[in-house]
Amino acid sequence: MSDLLINLFGWLPANLFLLVETLLKIALLLVPLLITVAWYTYAERKVIGYMQVRIGPNRVGPKGWLQPIADAVKLMFKELIVPARANRFLFLIAPVISLTCALAAWAVVPFSDFLVISDINAGLLYILAMTSLGVYGVIIAGWASNSKYALLGAMRCAAQIVAYEIAMGFALVVVLMAAGSLNLREIVAAQEGGIVNWFWLPLLPMFLVYMISGIAETNRAPFDVAEGESEIVAGFHVEYSGMAFSVFFLAEYANMILISALTVLMFLGGWLSPFPLAAGLPLIGGLFEPGVHWFIFKTVFFMFLFLWLRATFPRYRYDQIMRLGWKVFIPLTVVWIAVTGIAIMIGLPPWFD
Amino acid sequence: MFISFVFYTLAAVLVASAIMVISARNPVHCALFLVMAFFSSAGIWLLLEAEFLAIVLVLVYVGAVMVLFLFVVMMLDINLAPLREGFARYLPIGALVAAVVVIEIVLVIGASDIDLPAVGDIVYRDADYSNTKELGTLLYTVHLYAFELAAAILLVAIVAAIALTMRRRSGTKSQDPSRQVAVKREDRIRIVSMPSSSDPEHESSERRR
Amino acid sequence: MNAVHSLWLSSLPALAEFFLLAAGCTILVIDAFLDKGREAITCRLSQLALVVTLALVVALFPDARITAFDGSFVSDVMGGLLKIFILLIVIVGLFYLQAYLDERGQARGEYFVLVLFGSLGMLVMVSAGSFLTLYLGLELLSLSLYALVALNRESPLACEAAMKYFVLGALASGILLYGISMIYGSTGRIDFAGVSSAIGDASSLSLITLLGLVFVVVGIAFKFGAVPFHMWVPDVYEGAPAPITMLIATAPKIAAFGMLIRALGEGLEFLFIDWMQMLTFLAIASLAIGNVVAIAQTNMKRMLAYSAIAHVGFIFIGLLTGTPGGKAASMFYVISYALMALGAFGMVIWLGRKDGVGEADRIDDLKGIIERNPWFALMMLFLMLSMAGVPPFVGFWAKLAVLSEAVDVGMTWLAVTAVIFSVIGLFYYLRVVGLMFFHAPERSAPIVAPNTVRLVLSINALAIVAFGFYPDLLMDICVRAFPGLMAGQ
Repeated sequence: MSDLLINLFGWLPANLFLLVETLLKIALLLVPLLITVAWYTYAERKVIGYMQVRIGPNRVGPKGWLQPIADAVKLMFKELIVPARANRFLFLIAPVISLTCALAAWAVVPFSDFLVISDINAGLLYILAMTSLGVYGVIIAGWASNSKYALLGAMRCAAQIVAYEIAMGFALVVVLMAAGSLNLREIVAAQEGGIVNWFWLPLLPMFLVYMISGIAETNRAPFDVAEGESEIVAGFHVEYSGMAFSVFFLAEYANMILISALTVLMFLGGWLSPFPLAAGLPLIGGLFEPGVHWFIFKTVFFMFLFLWLRATFPRYRYDQIMRLGWKVFIPLTVVWIAVTGIAIMIGLPPWFD
Repeated sequence: MFISFVFYTLAAVLVASAIMVISARNPVHCALFLVMAFFSSAGIWLLLEAEFLAIVLVLVYVGAVMVLFLFVVMMLDINLAPLREGFARYLPIGALVAAVVVIEIVLVIGASDIDLPAVGDIVYRDADYSNTKELGTLLYTVHLYAFELAAAILLVAIVAAIALTMRRRSGTKSQDPSRQVAVKREDRIRIVSMPSSSDPEHESSERRR
Repeated sequence: MNAVHSLWLSSLPALAEFFLLAAGCTILVIDAFLDKGREAITCRLSQLALVVTLALVVALFPDARITAFDGSFVSDVMGGLLKIFILLIVIVGLFYLQAYLDERGQARGEYFVLVLFGSLGMLVMVSAGSFLTLYLGLELLSLSLYALVALNRESPLACEAAMKYFVLGALASGILLYGISMIYGSTGRIDFAGVSSAIGDASSLSLITLLGLVFVVVGIAFKFGAVPFHMWVPDVYEGAPAPITMLIATAPKIAAFGMLIRALGEGLEFLFIDWMQMLTFLAIASLAIGNVVAIAQTNMKRMLAYSAIAHVGFIFIGLLTGTPGGKAASMFYVISYALMALGAFGMVIWLGRKDGVGEADRIDDLKGIIERNPWFALMMLFLMLSMAGVPPFVGFWAKLAVLSEAVDVGMTWLAVTAVIFSVIGLFYYLRVVGLMFFHAPERSAPIVAPNTVRLVLSINALAIVAFGFYPDLLMDICVRAFPGLMAGQ
């Protein structure tokens, strides 16, 4: 790919070439990502529909496949209403902050050994920092709306995200200890081997903590008290309409995909194949080579899990969410840091030898 | 050249937002300007190749501390008017003191004195040089003692904060959801055995009335 | 594995500190599982932990200067001695604290745990080998004290005091840290030895170092409560519960002395001329304001606060002579002051038990103590006379030692000023004595106190007398702390 780029834009000065190259990479990532987001909303409605023994959207296009496009067109043509006495600038910038943070984290996510926009040393930290910023979109939206339900939603969201971020951060610290690197590519490389070599097994409690905290961080059911439509109408985005609302929507789904991808990278070996020995098989052997298809397959599974959970569980009560975060997850992660430290010290095979 | 440009841009944004932190009228705006100031200083740290510090600044201060700040500021209904009442009255003397201090410092220390020979120039490293690792090594060897002490300070802060806020206030009306959930049938309804209306004695007394 | 082993070995000098930290954490957890009303157990456990720490300090008492953790921890004779006195005072203070809280039904385990962590902070301060550990120890102490002052949320006075203490203390910490950062910036070192040699080697004095010094001195003066950075002292002393005031007034002064010796005497010794001038100013101002304003006080705790400010002036006089003898005299002064203040606040606590709730902290509450309890009136007489510097009590020898060192280095004028203000100060101490002996009591109810408090208080006051007759006992110890003295003379 870089050869092609050099052929096309090689005549540019070096600085400019770098710029063009980066922009192209970003576009190559973002376009498929946003398309995925669009059809993820469709998948959500379909999956939940079938789980609840109904069909889901089925009018627009064959089997409803064009539904996301119809939704997008509808939202774009809706009027964007800024509430009276709202803080106009913050009101409008809040969804943008949400989406920016959701997309910025993708910069360091490696899809395979070489498919990554920016292969930086402190990738894991960068991810943590970017995901922790998403809360600003929600808080600012809630405050700038000048509405009590929005503010309540924002408050709930802030408390929840701060609580779960700590558990999430600790879980990632354990991953960092196990892998010995902050670089995401090296974290995957440290899980080299079959399915038993991946980190989900030695770090099983962290895997679960990360998964659940990820759901809480993205404000998805059963942790969606920030929206809580039966309690506080729609929470922080109650005053938003049209494009502004849809940008929040995009951010939420982009975040869900991001959390799925990160779970795969940290705990399930990223693009590695679960049965590398099977690569020697005739005909289907090629499938068992490590590659981007494994990464996508695993990520899609976790994206499905998000929908599945939403269809299955009732909403958590707020004080129980807080209790789960502070009193269960944080102690658990702290204990597991010690356990992992000991495992690394004695060189527990096959992960830490 | 490019680096200088980025540096001066970030520095200008940093100084401007720092000024806005103390001069903006709305406390929420102040907090958001502080976020911007943190971002700019994180950018300056990145220019110095201190990626760990830069990202941790964003992660800890922007991602956690400022969220709680905003949380508190939004919950409080701060009326700034009384706070600003004395401002105009004290401004002249405040400005005078500030001016005297600035002039003194400038007179004592000329621009030529503000170089720090002991620190030296910044050393640019290769891309695979991890200052996270360097910091970790230093923290857990040379500065182990200070590191443990910092942990003890945080523990004291937690103990103090919890001890100061966890108290039963009399006269507050609050729900205890776990008690609500744990409620049993016996707590809410009382089954009273009443004589049924088919009881002849009862009926007869009714009729008499 | 070898590296781990050597780390263990090298951290051995700091064993007492690590034990105290571990004990504090353990007691915190134990306290969480204790029933309400069993806080006495937490208190006794805390005292036990402090006793064991004391034993460890004595057992590891260094013959010569040892450093650990790459120079950020220093163990020497001065540090060891200061630690012993700090721990003794805190152990005694906990008796008062427990009795006080118990009687008012305010007992909470956090009081004792926070005292433990505060003590840890003090130990760290006196054995700090770098500005970094010095600052961290100071913060550990200060944070614990802020919380201790505020812990009784029912009292608006205590909350106000805690707020003032916290805001001004945080400001002082910020100033100190700013100064440290300037010194670090100009010398490139953070440990005292490194800073000292960097300043000594430098061909010309960097002005940033000097500015850093100013900020460090201001920060330290704030923590000491020296004029003109004394505004918080009377309010905090008055607002805090009496045993907490006692803990603020006694042991932290010793720790602050250690901090001053480490930072200025070891780290910035080549800037002696500069900080000597600043300390001179602080000393004179503290003596003047402390002694004069104390006369106007009607509250015993406030009076003792201004008296503390005046005593800080004396401590500074000993230090600014710059000789080892001056340092030893200062150390003698700070230790004897801590003992006197311990007794004086003990009296305030003991008096406050008249009806079991309020604090008897008005000076008028002392009226006619002679009729209510002659023995304690006598003890208070000793304490007041000793604080005033009347012979033969220990306070006199402390003042004498400091002033003679000042005269030795040719600062007779300073010594004369100090004596004049001491004479002024004599008035308010004697007024207390007069009220105790020549006025009719306002209340006739007998003063009841647990036996431990009576015993501790008596021993404390008698120790003042004993050291007064045999000042050499204490002076010899202080002289040992500064080896330069024995070599030089």
